[in-house]
Amino acid sequence: MTAGPTSPRSDPTAADLLEIEHLRKAYGEHVILRDLSLRVLPHQCVALIGASGSGKSTLLRCLNLLETVDDGVIRLDGVDITDPRTKADQVRTRVGIVFQAFNLFPHMSVLDNVTLASRVVHGVRRAEAEAVAMDMLRRVGLAEKARATPDSLSGGQQQRVAIARALVNKPVLMLFDEVTSALDPELVGEVLGLLTELKAEGMTMLVATHEMGFARQVADSVVFLADGGVAEAGPPEQVLAEPTDPRTQRFLRRIIDAGRL
Amino acid sequence: MNAPTRAPDGWVPSDLQQQRLSYRRSRNRRSGLIAGISTVVVAVVVGWSVAHTQGWPRFRESFLNVDYGRQVFGDIAKGLWLNVRLMVVCEVVILVLALLLALARSLRGPVFFPIRALSTVYTDVFRGLPLLLVLYLLGFGVPSLRITWLPSNSLIWGAIGLILTYTAYNAEVLRAGMESIHPSQRAAARSLGLTHAKTMRHVVIPQAFRRVMPPLLNDLVSLQKDTALIAALGTPYYDAVLQAQIDAQTSYNYTPYVIAGLLFLVLTIPMTRFTDWIARKQGWTSAGAAV
Repeated sequence: MTAGPTSPRSDPTAADLLEIEHLRKAYGEHVILRDLSLRVLPHQCVALIGASGSGKSTLLRCLNLLETVDDGVIRLDGVDITDPRTKADQVRTRVGIVFQAFNLFPHMSVLDNVTLASRVVHGVRRAEAEAVAMDMLRRVGLAEKARATPDSLSGGQQQRVAIARALVNKPVLMLFDEVTSALDPELVGEVLGLLTELKAEGMTMLVATHEMGFARQVADSVVFLADGGVAEAGPPEQVLAEPTDPRTQRFLRRIIDAGRL
Repeated sequence: MNAPTRAPDGWVPSDLQQQRLSYRRSRNRRSGLIAGISTVVVAVVVGWSVAHTQGWPRFRESFLNVDYGRQVFGDIAKGLWLNVRLMVVCEVVILVLALLLALARSLRGPVFFPIRALSTVYTDVFRGLPLLLVLYLLGFGVPSLRITWLPSNSLIWGAIGLILTYTAYNAEVLRAGMESIHPSQRAAARSLGLTHAKTMRHVVIPQAFRRVMPPLLNDLVSLQKDTALIAALGTPYYDAVLQAQIDAQTSYNYTPYVIAGLLFLVLTIPMTRFTDWIARKQGWTSAGAAV
């Protein structure tokens, strides 16, 4: 299925912020994504769901150019970022990613983690970078932890720092790669709450997640990945409640059986 | 330790806990006592057996002659100062070169093949050659070529030999350290828009350096004593060992060697303890910082 998800809230005349066409990515013999197409409108929040190994993480890593795609096109704001002549580092400053395992830099303070990109990539002076970073840390509720080292924080706090770090570049698109999967259950809420706020502020987001509650309540559309492509896409009430693809039905049944929906 | 330290919440150990603590204290005292006694016994037995060997009087005369030792101590200590300066200068150069070499070996892409290949050959060769041989080849071989613009100073060639050999070792240590940093750290840095070079500079190398600090210090201890090998290049630079050699040859008494050995130990043992301390401290912190 190559038709993009259409949301009842989306404006049909608006240009897509992200267009993915016929994307393919394999590791050796192992094909992860085959002929995947997807469109995302500005200010949309898209939940990516699917079984482990269905390619959610690989898709997000391709969008951040952490992986080189094997075929197909990714356009951000109409510009082909899969063109080998694209400056990958410039694209990456416009597309933020938050990882499952936080990936904070353990040898730096929280504040240095957040200011690194401004100081080193954009050449902002330290004082200025720190002022912006403190705003960002206040935003995620962790201003008082600025001088702490990452390993002294809880998982939820680390993940919020990682989000602040990604936001400092003022990205036009944010990618979230199962950002709550490594968290203890009672810490999931604080991170999902932050994602919900970001969505309310109009950030365009792609959220790979196993949190079906979040997908249903916050996402504008839900995309179900299977066999390296989009198996089903649409508004959450449709995909999650009345799935038409048998693979989606099976996946949701397993989740319901596991008590996660 | 005797008075329980006051906890911030006003906790005072229960009677049961007090009993446990006093039991543990008595066990510790007992262990200390046993260790002390057994050490004394071993020392006495070993000392007695050595002192009662047939050659002991002659051995003491030629290796442990206190009067002669006092006489030569000053010169040997002065020689040791040369070793120390040599060690410091070499180590600084070694660290810089080793880092460059490690970076060269981790370059990816076909353009860099010659650089990669050259650095691989370099490390293979200099890790494989005995240091003494390198020193001979450089210290005697190169000056004998009589190339006028090259220094003929044996000390400089000795230093170059040490630098070439130890750079190869340290480069491998650093490279291993850089490769041990989890790829997710690079991914995180690249995702923020840092270039490859900036990722190395701000994220990978600082973490790698911390991780390989113990092996690097280990190599430094080794370098410290290997500076003594420049004695093989002879005069006019008297390091501790060469000085001891000359003293021993003029007097047929080996006490100067023992003095030189003790002086090296005075330098290397604190260094080794420091290395252990760093390693322990690191094992303790990196457990929490695992990525």
